[in-house]
Amino acid sequence: MSDTAWMRTEAMSDGWVSVVAGGVWTVAASRTLTEIASGLRLDGASGARLDVSEIERLDTAGVWILRGMMGDLQDAGIDVELQGVDAKHMPLFDLVEASEEKLGVSDPVSKGGILAFVARIGEGVFSTVSKAKGLLNFIGLFTLVLLRACKEPRRFRPKALVSQIEQTGLDALPIVGLLSFLIGVVLAYLMSDQFRQFGAEIFTVNLVGLSILREVGVLITAIMIAGRSGSAFTAQIGTMKVNEEVDAMGTLGLDPMEVLVLPRVLALMLTLPFLTFFADIMGVLGGAVMTILALDLTSAQFMTQLKQAVTLDDFMVGIVKAPVHAYIIAMVGCYEGLRVRQTAESVGLQTTTSVVESIFLVIVATAIFAIVFSFLGI
Amino acid sequence: MSSDPILRIRDIVTRFGPHTIHDGVSFDVERGEVIGVVGGSGTGKSVLLREVIGLLRPAGGSIELLGEDVWSMSPKERIALSTSFGVLFQDGALFSSLTVAENIQVPMREHLDIPPKMMDELAALKIAMVGLAPEAGGKLPSELSGGMRKRAGLARALALDPEIVFLDEPTAGLDPIGAAAFDQLVRDLQQSLGLTVYMVTHDLDSLATITDRIAALVDKQVRVGTMAEHMEDDHPWLHEYFHGPRARAVGG
Ligand SMILES: Nc1ncnc2c1ncn2[C@@H]1O[C@H](COP(=O)(O)OP(=O)(O)OP(=O)(O)O)[C@@H](O)[C@H]1O
Ligand SMILES: [Mg+2]
Repeated sequence: MSDTAWMRTEAMSDGWVSVVAGGVWTVAASRTLTEIASGLRLDGASGARLDVSEIERLDTAGVWILRGMMGDLQDAGIDVELQGVDAKHMPLFDLVEASEEKLGVSDPVSKGGILAFVARIGEGVFSTVSKAKGLLNFIGLFTLVLLRACKEPRRFRPKALVSQIEQTGLDALPIVGLLSFLIGVVLAYLMSDQFRQFGAEIFTVNLVGLSILREVGVLITAIMIAGRSGSAFTAQIGTMKVNEEVDAMGTLGLDPMEVLVLPRVLALMLTLPFLTFFADIMGVLGGAVMTILALDLTSAQFMTQLKQAVTLDDFMVGIVKAPVHAYIIAMVGCYEGLRVRQTAESVGLQTTTSVVESIFLVIVATAIFAIVFSFLGI
Repeated sequence: MSSDPILRIRDIVTRFGPHTIHDGVSFDVERGEVIGVVGGSGTGKSVLLREVIGLLRPAGGSIELLGEDVWSMSPKERIALSTSFGVLFQDGALFSSLTVAENIQVPMREHLDIPPKMMDELAALKIAMVGLAPEAGGKLPSELSGGMRKRAGLARALALDPEIVFLDEPTAGLDPIGAAAFDQLVRDLQQSLGLTVYMVTHDLDSLATITDRIAALVDKQVRVGTMAEHMEDDHPWLHEYFHGPRARAVGG
């Protein structure tokens, strides 16, 4: 029993060609079969007798190829006679023929050309605008739910709130602390190196203190939390969306906005300032360790210098941004989670979008704050 | 060769902790037949199916599918075997991020070397074969109704023209008309393709109309016979099942 498909052609005296197909005509031999079919050339013949009696195994793919071949020959003006179909294969031919009638190989929308390019730009603009609208809508809805909850404090769902605070705050402490410490070390190292050239090493302390308290501490924390908690919000809510849990909530009279979004946003707004505070301390500590080592300062000297350099205002400038960042991260995370469609892939896609978007918006917010503070002269 | 059973189940024992689900289940499935598997809820129909298709190892006994022992082959051999059977899971288990046509092409892409154009044609052919509209090919599973998802799942199970297909409650959740149409489809395809069908079902209509034999899981064992033979059986569960109000409505 041969394991391949084959086909022989032989010209006959009456101008017809005898075509004998044999072997295994199944889906597993598809490549061979397509090659055989495309290699068939019967130019000049007036007709073809297609003999399939030597085919050992046949399935829908084989029948499809055979019928395709016959169709091509007929299109080329050659008569075709099918011979030697095994009785047990007849239903297969019937089935494929019946299915072919219902067939509409839906040709995919062409993806090339200038038109498609313009269409893609249009789609992009549309989706950005509709997304911005959606987000605005979402903010409005959230505000309403928040106001309603203020009237009825039970709606704040303390249990969910506490568990979210633990997940987004407490559990993030080690990574946020470590990272800030390292950033402090790097900043101090870089600055002490530069300042030494002017003999103004001591200003390293000023700059490390200021930059960490005003900008770096809060920004690093926000970026960390966007990657850690914002993405978790999207994935959690998105998975619930895929499982139709969010829809089920609606039918049970629960408002997803209140049950899912409110605790997450509030929890993050409460925890991010504390995390930022912690990051500030760790960052300054990192800076202190590095300056003390690199510049041969004592810790007392470092403290005196730091006290002269930074004021409470500097700390406040940093920390007031934290709740705003938290609001952005949590709102974007939840919004993208609720936008998940019912596929596993879209959970991943929305999670990525959520992180990118929230970091982008956090940096935009930081820039706006910088402009406002410079106007106010703080 | 064709007289050998396509599936030979011997002395299967299944335990979950202290619970014994199967205690010596043995039966054969012949080539080209439609066998229905019935039993009360929790009697282990789905578990037996998972054991047969190599997803769950039984505590004892042997399973021979297409002449090969499912549980003593290497992973590589098992993958090779998986191209010769198809499975329709209860809710279709289609890949949610792929379109119906792409779902059907997954096994083709994975196991065989098929030119892309032919793959598209074959997918369209399978879609037509299971009675879906051509447009369904470009849709995501979430955009289909339950009945359409079942048909799409069947199309994927048939992607490689297997010799045997396993269906887990294919008509559950379909309306009676949809269920009858699905039964007819299975029967038609079975006859045209010379398929063997192993079907777990609770649907008495399906049992009566399309199965050749029925394997009933009772008392941790199995009783195999035609519908008429089961009607004679005086085991309490079988009696209740085949003579209850619903069975009377079907009319045996
Ligand atoms: N992974 C598992 N771990 C423990 N027990 C299991 C597991 N899978 C199934 N079981 C038990 O095995 C028994 C048989 O389950 P199975 O799903 O096969 O039932 P079934 O006959 O298909 O019922 P139904 O008609 O309700 O689908 C049940 O009692 C179930 O609790
Ligand atoms: Mg089951």
